[in-house]
Amino acid sequence: MNFVYERLLGGKKGMLGLIILAVLIFIILPLTLDMFRLSMVGKYLTYAFAAVSLVLLWGYGGILSLGQGIFFGIGGYCMAMFLKLEASDPESTKIQSTPGIPDFMDWNQITELPWFWIPFESFGFTVLAVITIPAIFAFIIGFSMFKRRVGGVYFAIITQVIAVILTVLIVGQQGYIGGINGITDLKTLNGWDIREDSAKYTLYFINAVLLFAVLFIGKFILTSKFGRLLLAMKDKEDRVRFSGYDVANFKIFIFCVSAVIAAIGGAMFTLQVGFMSPSFVGIVPSIEMVIFAAVGGRMSLIGVVYGTLAVNFGKTIFSETFPEIWLFLMGGLFIAVVMFFPNGIAGVWNKYGDPQLDRLLDSKLLSSLKTAISKNKTSPVEDNK
Amino acid sequence: MGEYTVQELTSIFAMQGFAGISLFSVLLLMALGLAIIFGQMGVINMAHGEFMAVGAYTTYLLSVISETYFPGFLQYYFLFAIIASFVIAGILGYLTEFILIRHLYKRPLDTLLATWGLSLIMQQTFRSIFGAREVSPTLPDWLMGSYQPTEEIYIPINGMFVLGLTALVTIGVYILMYRSNWGLAVRATTQNRVMSGAVGINTKKTDRLTFALGCGIAGIAGAAFTTIASTGPTLGTLYIVDTFMVVVFGGAASLFGTIASAFTIAQAQSILEFFISGSMAKVYTLLTLVIILMFRPEGLFSIKVRK
Repeated sequence: MNFVYERLLGGKKGMLGLIILAVLIFIILPLTLDMFRLSMVGKYLTYAFAAVSLVLLWGYGGILSLGQGIFFGIGGYCMAMFLKLEASDPESTKIQSTPGIPDFMDWNQITELPWFWIPFESFGFTVLAVITIPAIFAFIIGFSMFKRRVGGVYFAIITQVIAVILTVLIVGQQGYIGGINGITDLKTLNGWDIREDSAKYTLYFINAVLLFAVLFIGKFILTSKFGRLLLAMKDKEDRVRFSGYDVANFKIFIFCVSAVIAAIGGAMFTLQVGFMSPSFVGIVPSIEMVIFAAVGGRMSLIGVVYGTLAVNFGKTIFSETFPEIWLFLMGGLFIAVVMFFPNGIAGVWNKYGDPQLDRLLDSKLLSSLKTAISKNKTSPVEDNK
Repeated sequence: MGEYTVQELTSIFAMQGFAGISLFSVLLLMALGLAIIFGQMGVINMAHGEFMAVGAYTTYLLSVISETYFPGFLQYYFLFAIIASFVIAGILGYLTEFILIRHLYKRPLDTLLATWGLSLIMQQTFRSIFGAREVSPTLPDWLMGSYQPTEEIYIPINGMFVLGLTALVTIGVYILMYRSNWGLAVRATTQNRVMSGAVGINTKKTDRLTFALGCGIAGIAGAAFTTIASTGPTLGTLYIVDTFMVVVFGGAASLFGTIASAFTIAQAQSILEFFISGSMAKVYTLLTLVIILMFRPEGLFSIKVRK
């Protein structure tokens, strides 16, 4: 119990932060927003997976990946391939010259399902693929980079180039993977229509639950010995190496973990939005994921969720009303965050909000509340003592 | 490739080779500026492509001005445009260093984000001023046409001009970096900032001028680019990744490596483009580079340093 309370929930304050976020995501937003806005929030929360993965990788590990879009995209495309195969059964594609294959293949004169599509007919394989393919991919990249002690700026550039390669490849191979339009017209998941409102609600909550699971995993990693080593590696890599640790293996591991987290976000994105396209893979989305993390606070798992929501709401509002100004604001945001708020929203909160909260927690109001609670024997607070 | 005769293949290689030379020239000019900034100062300038666009738009602007007000000048404006592009991009670079970059020298990853922000702002500025449509300047007559040594080979004159310009700039950079006192100061600052300061080099001023020079050369790249293709607000983003690859592949801080790697990348891409689709040519080129870099992370030519 103590383990759960201190490490996963982060003590009194950490738990308060999680509860507030949970109330916001699970109760306030679903009750106040209409379906259209709520599914938008659901979409943003899938980006939050990528932002959380960057907290682990970049905030604590000091490894800036400009290629999280790769993994987000792989996850999304795996899910999209499964849904597309289900949507293009011979019955509903009988007007095509080759029924039973996805429509874009038919348009490109492909008459047979390519070999790499075939396993995606199974849902089990798809779920496995969403997790393992990004991990394997990240392992290959990480192994060849970190074992040769390539890091920092070079790593950022190489990951960016890989993101470009993947985008160009997807756009160029229209017949095999859908090209610039992406994979569209996704309808059902094992017979369950994902376009209906009730399905959208369900998916929103599944997504939120998964996000919290990822937050807990992140907390678990960061509060473990490994998390402390990550931080040590970020500050003085050589000393960690001289202490007898294999730095490269730790880096590879955290890179794989962050890849899987981003990929889960991508898969949930496809499920909720109903399509996947190369515009969520390349340089721009990858860097936007970095800005979500930077605005939220690269050292704060919860902060980046708020960061993602704030930046995306800003983007939606401004690009709806003043599309001209949005890029200026976005650019200014990058510069301002880097120059003045290196720890983002979480940093500002820690500086100004947190002391207030401390005062509040110590105030008489709360202590009287606490005594009232502790009289109640079944309360969780009592259990933890 | 079986269906081509030997003679045809030679012509294809020659012509695609010359097409590649235009790409090579632009990539090299971009990479020279970036190599100075990244190789010598360790700063990642994601807005480098936008400084190229500044040069391209400056050329366009001068062409419009001379076309409207001084029609007789239209034959010569291009030479002035090159200088103007260099000066304007250089001044902007100088200001950028002064306002933004100098606060971030100790945080290279953050420089990357800040300059990305700058590039977004610059892109939107181009779009607001010149519109989203692509523009191209009116080129003087002497840049048009092509030279035809054999029946099957056409060599465009603008490509040759750009190549000549690139050669001049490269020699200029070489002299400046390796044969002048200023270059000595730049290289000394790169190797050991504290000691350079101790022997009386004004390292802050050196940084600022180095950054300005790099951006200025990007401006020249933009002017050269206008002779090959038209300019749009997102011009910079199209070339920035390739340029970074040129610099990393060539080995940062190595002038010869930058030239060799720009040549390899441009030629590989351009010759491959004839046989397979353009996008796959790019995929194969970049993928090969990434794989080579995985085995040789320091690039083709690197200065051996003890860390």
